[in-house]
Amino acid sequence: MGGLKTFVIGGIRPPENKLSANKFIEVLPLPNQVVVPLGQNLGAPSKVLVKRGEKLKTGQLIARADSFISANLHSPVSGTVFKLDNVLDASGYQRPAVIINVEGDEWEEGIDLSDSLIKDFDLTSDEIIQKVKEAGVVGMGGATFPTQVKLKVPHGKKAEFLIINGVECEPYLTADHRLMLEKGPEIMVGIQLLMKALKVEQAIIGIENNKADAIGHLTSLARNYPGVSVQPVHVKYPQGGEKQLIKALLNREVPSAKLPIEVGCVVQNVGTAFAVYEAVQKNKPLIERIVTVTGKGVKKPSNFKVRIGTPLKYLIYAAEGLPVNTGKIISGGPMMGKSLASEEVPVVKGSSGILLMPDEESHRKEESPCIRCSKCIQACPMGLEPFFLSRLARIGRVDKAEEEHVMDCIECGSCQYTCPANIPLLDYLRLGKNKVAAMIRTRNKK
Amino acid sequence: MLVNSVILVSVLVLGGLGLISAVILYFVASKFKVYEDPLIDEVEEAVPSANCGGCGFPGCRAFAETAVKQAKDEKTLDGLFCPVGGNEVMKKVASIVGLEIEEHAPMVAVVRCNGTPAHSPEKVSFEGAASCAFAHTLYSGEGGCQHACLGLGDCVVACDFDAIQIDNETGLPVVNDQCTACGACVIACPRDIIELRKKGPRDRRIFVSCVNKEKGAAAKRNCEVACIGCAKCEKVCKFDAITISSFLAYIDFEKCTLCRKCVEVCPTTAIWEVNFKPRKPKPDKKTEAGDIPPALSSNVESGEVEKALSSQAIEAMYNNPDSENTKNKFEK
Repeated sequence: MGGLKTFVIGGIRPPENKLSANKFIEVLPLPNQVVVPLGQNLGAPSKVLVKRGEKLKTGQLIARADSFISANLHSPVSGTVFKLDNVLDASGYQRPAVIINVEGDEWEEGIDLSDSLIKDFDLTSDEIIQKVKEAGVVGMGGATFPTQVKLKVPHGKKAEFLIINGVECEPYLTADHRLMLEKGPEIMVGIQLLMKALKVEQAIIGIENNKADAIGHLTSLARNYPGVSVQPVHVKYPQGGEKQLIKALLNREVPSAKLPIEVGCVVQNVGTAFAVYEAVQKNKPLIERIVTVTGKGVKKPSNFKVRIGTPLKYLIYAAEGLPVNTGKIISGGPMMGKSLASEEVPVVKGSSGILLMPDEESHRKEESPCIRCSKCIQACPMGLEPFFLSRLARIGRVDKAEEEHVMDCIECGSCQYTCPANIPLLDYLRLGKNKVAAMIRTRNKK
Repeated sequence: MLVNSVILVSVLVLGGLGLISAVILYFVASKFKVYEDPLIDEVEEAVPSANCGGCGFPGCRAFAETAVKQAKDEKTLDGLFCPVGGNEVMKKVASIVGLEIEEHAPMVAVVRCNGTPAHSPEKVSFEGAASCAFAHTLYSGEGGCQHACLGLGDCVVACDFDAIQIDNETGLPVVNDQCTACGACVIACPRDIIELRKKGPRDRRIFVSCVNKEKGAAAKRNCEVACIGCAKCEKVCKFDAITISSFLAYIDFEKCTLCRKCVEVCPTTAIWEVNFKPRKPKPDKKTEAGDIPPALSSNVESGEVEKALSSQAIEAMYNNPDSENTKNKFEK
C-alpha cells in the first residue's frame, strides 16, 4: 500500500465539513415532472429525437449525440413529453430541455433492474466503448466529459495506468464516498471494464485518507482483482484535479496544455466506473446519480439517488427543507460549485451535490488592493501567478495572459480562497481564459 | 603649450571622427532612404489624434497612411471615415488628398435596454468581478432577462471620450453628447445591446429599446417593458421601416421618417422617441411627458418631472441642445 502521497505544488486545506459522510444513500420517489436539459455534457448538446405528446419509457433514447464530443441522453422516467422548451438550468441561462410528465415507472426492455452483481464479461475493447457511448455515460466528477471519447486512446499514444478518482477533495460533498462504501463490488467490475477498454494492466484508486472506511473496503475488495490497487493520499485541495492526482500517485507531470494520456494515464471518477458497470453489465443508461444535499443549516444532510431531471426543490424538500437563512444555493461543492438562480433547476449528469450555504458565509468581503503577498502563488496547484494573470485579464492584455499560460488554470479557486485582500482572482482568471479561448478560436479559423 | 596641444588634438580627433561618420551616414541614409508621402503627415495633422480605433485602423497614423494610399491608387476615399472628426475632418482630409467625398450622416451610440429595477425586479444578486464579459458567462442577469444590460460598465471602460456613464438609479448606461460613434462600446458589450444609429435631424430618433429575442410571454415575465414581438408597430408603419424577427422589432433608421406612429401603438412602451417636442394633449390621455421617453411617462407625476429627468431621461436631456429650455418648459 505504501505511505500517504500527495502533489507538491500549491494546494490548500479548507475545512472538510463532510456532514453527510455517514448517511446511507436514499432512493427518492419520482417527481411529477422532470426537466431534462439537452446540453448536459461538455461539448455539443445532444440532438432531440422526441416530439410533444410522445409516450416514453424509462431508459428510452430521447436525444442523440451527433458530434464527436457529445453524449446520448435517455428518458429518466416513463411518461409523456409535456413540451420542449427553454428552461433555466445551472448555466444561469434558459437552454433547450425536454419536459416530461411522469406516469408510472415502466422501463425499456432489456434493462436489468436486479441488485445481483454480474462479474463476468466477454467483450472486446470496442464493444465496451460502444456500449458506454450508447448509454450516454459522461464523467461523473462534474466536468461531464463524454466517457467514450476519453476511452479512445489517440493514435500513437499508449495508456499504462487507469487512475480511478475517489478523492472527492471538495468540502461537504460525500456522494463518491458513499458510492464507494455501498457499491464497492460494482465499482470493481466497472474498473475491470475500463481497464479492458483501455487495454491497461494496472489501475490505481486514489482516495483521500479522511475516508478511511472507503479505503479499507476497497482495499479488501481489490485483493480479488489483479492489477487493481488502492492508494491513500493526503487530504489536500484540489487533489481531485486529474493533473494533481497523477502527480500525487505516480509523480508524473502532465505537460502544459496536454492531456493526461501524454504521460500514459487516463483518469476516471468512481462514479463513472459505477456508471460504466451499469451501462455494460446491466444495459442501463445513465439516468440516475447520487447527489449530496448538505449545508450547515440543513436539518437532514443526505445522499440521494435521484433520476436526472428532478428539480432541486424535491431534493431540498427531502432533506427537510430550505434553511431559513440560506444565502446561496450552490450546485457542486463550495470551492468550484456554481451558485444557482432558482431551486427549480434540474439535476443533471454532472450534479454531484447541492450546498445550501447560510447567508453570513455566502457573501464576498470587500475588495482591497493587492499587497503582493504572493499567497495566491503559493496556493496555485498549477504553478501559475494568479495575481498577475488576473491583472492582465482586467486590463485586457490577452496576448500576454496566453504567454503566461492562463489556459493551464484549472479554476480550482485556491488563489481566491487564500487572498487576504479578497480580490476576485478566479473571476478575472476565468474572464482571461474566456478571452484567450476566443482569441485562439478566431486564430484557428484564419 | 601642453594644454593647448591636448585641446588641439582632441578637437582634431573628434572633428575627424565626426566628419567620417557624417560621410558614412550620408551614404547610408541615401542608400536606405524610405520615401514617405508628406501628405500622410498632413492628414495625420488633420484627424483628431484620438487613436480610438473607431475608423477600423490601429490609430490615426494608420488611418492617414491608408487614406493617402487609397486616394492615390483608387482615387476614392470610400470606406474610410473618421467617426470622431465627422464630416468636417473628412472634408479636410479629402481636400488634402485632392478628392471630394459624400457626407455621412452623423451617428450616435444607442443603448437598447430599458430593464431598470422598476421594470425588471431583481431576482438574484451578483457579487463577483465587476465585468460584463465575465458576468455574461455566469448568468442571465439580476432581473432574469438573458438579453438585458448587466450594468457592470464594460462600455464605460471602453469609451475614450467619457461619453457613456452608468446611471446609478436605473443601472443602465446613458450616452451623452460627447459620443463620437467610434463603436468601442458596441464591441465591448457582450450582449450586443449598444448600436450605432443615425443621430437624426435635431438629434431626434426613434428606436426599439429592447433586444430580447424570446417569445412575448417569456420576455414579459422578466421585464414589463420588453418588446414582445406583437407586430403592431410593423403594421402601423407606412414606410416598411420596421421588421420583426425572432419576436423582436427592429426599426431601420435609414427608412424611418420619425412619424412616431409606432411609439403610440407599442403596448409595452418598448419603442422610445428621443428629443421630440411634447405631443399635443389628447382629451382622454395625460400626455404631459413630452421629451421623457414614453417608457417612463406612466411613472411620472406632474411634480416629479425633474426627478425623472435626472434619471432615465438623462440621455434625452444630454442630446438635446435646448435641454435647459426643455426643463424650463416643464416647470412652466
